[in-house]
Amino acid sequence: MSEPKKAVALISGGLDSMLAAKTILDQGIHVEGINFFTGFCVEGHTHAIRKKDNEKAKPKRNNALWAAEQLGIKLHIVDVIEEYKDVLLNPKHGYGANLNPCLDCKIFMVNKAKQWIEENGFDFIITGEVVGQRPMSQRRFAMPLVAERSGADDLLLRPLSARNLPETKPEREGWVDRSKLHDFGGRTRRPQIAMAEQFGFIDYAQPAGGCCFLTDKSYSQKLVDLWQARGARDYELDDVMLLKVGRHIRPKPHFKLIIAREEGEGRFMEGYKNDFISLHCSSHTGPLALIDGSPDAADLELAAAIIARYSKGKDEEQVEMAIRTKDGKESRIKTKPLTAEQLPKEWFI
Amino acid sequence: MSLHSLDAKRLLCPLPVIRTQDRVKQLKSGDQLEVSCTDPGVMQDIPAWCRINGHTIINTQENQGVYIIVLEVGKNE
Ligand code: SF4
Repeated sequence: MSEPKKAVALISGGLDSMLAAKTILDQGIHVEGINFFTGFCVEGHTHAIRKKDNEKAKPKRNNALWAAEQLGIKLHIVDVIEEYKDVLLNPKHGYGANLNPCLDCKIFMVNKAKQWIEENGFDFIITGEVVGQRPMSQRRFAMPLVAERSGADDLLLRPLSARNLPETKPEREGWVDRSKLHDFGGRTRRPQIAMAEQFGFIDYAQPAGGCCFLTDKSYSQKLVDLWQARGARDYELDDVMLLKVGRHIRPKPHFKLIIAREEGEGRFMEGYKNDFISLHCSSHTGPLALIDGSPDAADLELAAAIIARYSKGKDEEQVEMAIRTKDGKESRIKTKPLTAEQLPKEWFI
Repeated sequence: MSLHSLDAKRLLCPLPVIRTQDRVKQLKSGDQLEVSCTDPGVMQDIPAWCRINGHTIINTQENQGVYIIVLEVGKNE
């Protein structure tokens, strides 16, 4: 008897990739999952940073791991942070509504999966893409483009939309039965929800915007601001993470403040005190703030007055602020907290 | 069987899971790996990763903000 065929499924942690994998598993194919960590994934970071809202809140989980466990398949998580920079900084097919280079991102990920199946002796690749479901990467013209530009060609099977698409090698060769694949299309989620019910998948992740922060308007604005301020379109993982936390306020082109919004963020930002000048209110309870840039003495006074506004002493005539340099030297200054009216809206990124 | 250690402190999930996975690939079945982390998310994620990939959690503990997970490598295939 011939060996069962093997497929790798791109698992984002969302419902569609789960259903696609399940559809193929049910045809007796050996499926393993692969998940690419770009640094911008909604998974992980912010979950780890944010404090639990209340004690009853569900423990934060990694949805890709959760999906793989529901499916009973292995999951390989691949760090693509460095390689992904070129995708984000130079997307050949442009950006979506924000800084999301979805089409190039899909091509990149399917290409990585293609390399992976070659190295690991797998036969084909599956994704949860549905024709017409998302504006950029899942339009009808985009589906063959991803297959072609990624180099996966007819080894890329989209089980949820397969019957709306040309036959692929796994179908032609009879590894999978095309008649048992689906013909989902358009923006409706009804067929997926029905299928989830049928398989007993409950409690699956439903990210609003997409699988990563690049679809988020405010996040994208912060990234553009960072590039403008530095005069270069580049980033490190620490930049990516710090854009996910705190209020970002830029009073002057050469520095910005990152002010923790809650305890979890403050704890996370503590880890950056040796990389940035940091401030907190020493006379009242207040958040930790980091300064990104090169402020002079007058800038630090302005920063102190802004940060004081987010302390419990915001209505006082004067509060005391502690300023810590990167090498741990601390000094104190007195300041009058700014009022809401004194904080121009344009300063908020 | 041999005992190995991995420092994944200051990394946020899923990076500690990725580092664990990459390290486990180099180990033999029955070897143990002690992973030290500071992201509390690992207490969920590393055991989940072990369950789906056939490895066994031997021990987990927290000590002053450092989470230590000891796992035993299952069949690496
Ligand atoms: S939402 Fe983000 S991760 Fe998903 S395809 Fe678009 S760019 Fe890639």
